[in-house]
Amino acid sequence: MERLKALHKNREAMLVLLIIASVMAMSIGMPRFLKLGNFANIFADSSILIMVALGQFLVILTGGIDLSIGSMIAFCGMLGALINMNYPGLSPIWCVVAGALTGAGLGLFNGVLVAYGKIPAIIVTLGTMGIFRGFTYVLSKGQWVTAHEMTEGFTNIPHGTLFGIPNIILFAILTSLAIYYFIQFTRTGRELYAIGGNKAAAVLVGIKEERLQLLIFTICGLISGIAGVLWAARYAAAVNEMATGFELMTVAACVLGGVSISGGSGLVGGVVLGALFMGLLSNSLTMIKNMAFYQMFMQGMVVIIAMVFNELMARNSNKTVLNRRLK
Amino acid sequence: MNEMSNALVSEGRLISENSLKERLIRGLTSWEAILGIILIIEFVYFSFEAPYFFDSFNLLNASFSFTEKSILALSMIFVIICGDIDISVASIVALSSIVIGYTASIGADPWVMVVCGVAVGAAAGAVNGLLITTIGIPAIAITLGTQSVFRGICQIVLKNKAYTEFPEDFAYLGQGYIFDSDVPFELIVYLFLAICIGFVLHYTGYGRKLYAIGNCTSTAVFSGIKVQRIRFYNFMLNGMFSGIVAVFLTSRIGSARPNMATNWEMDCITLVVLGGVSIMGGRGNIIGVLIASFLLGYLKYGMGIMSISGKVMIITTGFLLIGAVLLPGMLDKVKENRKLRRQQKELDAQRN
Repeated sequence: MERLKALHKNREAMLVLLIIASVMAMSIGMPRFLKLGNFANIFADSSILIMVALGQFLVILTGGIDLSIGSMIAFCGMLGALINMNYPGLSPIWCVVAGALTGAGLGLFNGVLVAYGKIPAIIVTLGTMGIFRGFTYVLSKGQWVTAHEMTEGFTNIPHGTLFGIPNIILFAILTSLAIYYFIQFTRTGRELYAIGGNKAAAVLVGIKEERLQLLIFTICGLISGIAGVLWAARYAAAVNEMATGFELMTVAACVLGGVSISGGSGLVGGVVLGALFMGLLSNSLTMIKNMAFYQMFMQGMVVIIAMVFNELMARNSNKTVLNRRLK
Repeated sequence: MNEMSNALVSEGRLISENSLKERLIRGLTSWEAILGIILIIEFVYFSFEAPYFFDSFNLLNASFSFTEKSILALSMIFVIICGDIDISVASIVALSSIVIGYTASIGADPWVMVVCGVAVGAAAGAVNGLLITTIGIPAIAITLGTQSVFRGICQIVLKNKAYTEFPEDFAYLGQGYIFDSDVPFELIVYLFLAICIGFVLHYTGYGRKLYAIGNCTSTAVFSGIKVQRIRFYNFMLNGMFSGIVAVFLTSRIGSARPNMATNWEMDCITLVVLGGVSIMGGRGNIIGVLIASFLLGYLKYGMGIMSISGKVMIITTGFLLIGAVLLPGMLDKVKENRKLRRQQKELDAQRN
């Protein structure tokens, strides 16, 4: 029990063990699984989830939630793909930039409504989820952008490599490092924890809640925008329905990584590993015959078990703290 | 009337608040009144723009497209008034529907199918309720998980197949009209359930307790309300209503698939919030939700008749939802300002 408690204190270690265990379980069932190239693939497949889950993490940290992530991905992905289709001569970097800026704009819209409209984040983003998705259809006129309408440069954004590492993984690593630095070492980042932990106290010590909300929703939108363009390029198709339900995957990754849904706690490492595990789960199950149908069930079970485990362990540690004080 | 309140209430301020004009203003700026006015505008507009809109047969028939979601919203009112949320309802609908399909495939009577569907829905709701109340995790997180689990079970059971064989009697529930008239059976059930929910909400102790919990949970606990038990019942009821919806939906479309009712939870929450129920809990009433259900339903129908595409509908619903939350806050502020100004005036008058 003591050892279990020590393990719980280090959630990252526990998640790493979980990931190793599931990889081993997968390779027993399927020897081909244990190939180095396949690991890079799994990591690449989870990269978009890692990036966006980190954006979601920032929002959840302050006690909010962003349900419009999937729609922002779709809108920005469609925009990037359309720019590439209509102006094939343009460097594909500009598609990413356009996606990022548009995403930031959409996130800002969410942020203004949450911060200054004083509407709960879940309602605002529930509304904008529909609005952004609707505008995606308007933008694309209901059409898809297919692989042969994209230039090679565009589809190479995620697939190209730098020092032998696929760009999409680099994107994920860079995002993780940036967010890590932001919430660990900057004043604004620490203020996010304060807002999530105790809003009233945070406001009393002079933390500007509105400004922070505006900032994190914009960051979340920015990341989703980049992720959208990467998504369209990676799967070489921009579909109106893309990333439907993805916001719930990001929340699941956060919860699995030990982020409290009511805000105020969680670490970047946990979120990255949580997203990696969710990605592993969904990608590996599709590789085994007939197991694809178990994917959704398993994801849900993992989220519930993780939360129940979190809660019971937290309760246990509270009790020990109380006992120690009473002694 | 004025003298009576004069005798009863000594403060002059309160009398002026109760005067006819004030009451009229308060009534007209209430959320239900605004919704009602929007509904009337909508009807007038569509009647002029689309020739086939204002036709009793068409209007009644169009109700098929929104009664199921509206039934789902009824029990969601309880959950949201308590300050919780349930995003697993659509998955429970799918799960119940699969069970109904299974019972049909083994040749059960229609009433057995209905009972099984509703029971499974209630059981799924009870699972939600148990996890939320005994472990103490926010409802949104738990129902996020069970949303995948319930739909996941459907996928495991059915793989990529579907149940499509249903007895003929069963079709009446979702497709039939009452007494050979043009009134759909579903619509009558919806109105009946709305009356039941409204009665419980506004005329019983249970309903009052819901508001108490939503306004301040800890006060409710200290007042001796069994908060966790009531929250549990709410989730179970929500599951049961999902089961009822599954019966109608399965009967209407005549098939049960794992991807049924996808995203309905969002539509349903939109409907409840648009109906004036505060997402933070403690505020809202049945009339608002009832009007909102017709407002959204006929908006969709009218736009369909005018061949406006569905994507515009998604955008409109989104803006309506945000507006629905933004507007009452602004109205409250205006009312507050009016009140302050009046008090100031009276104070000035007293001083002079």
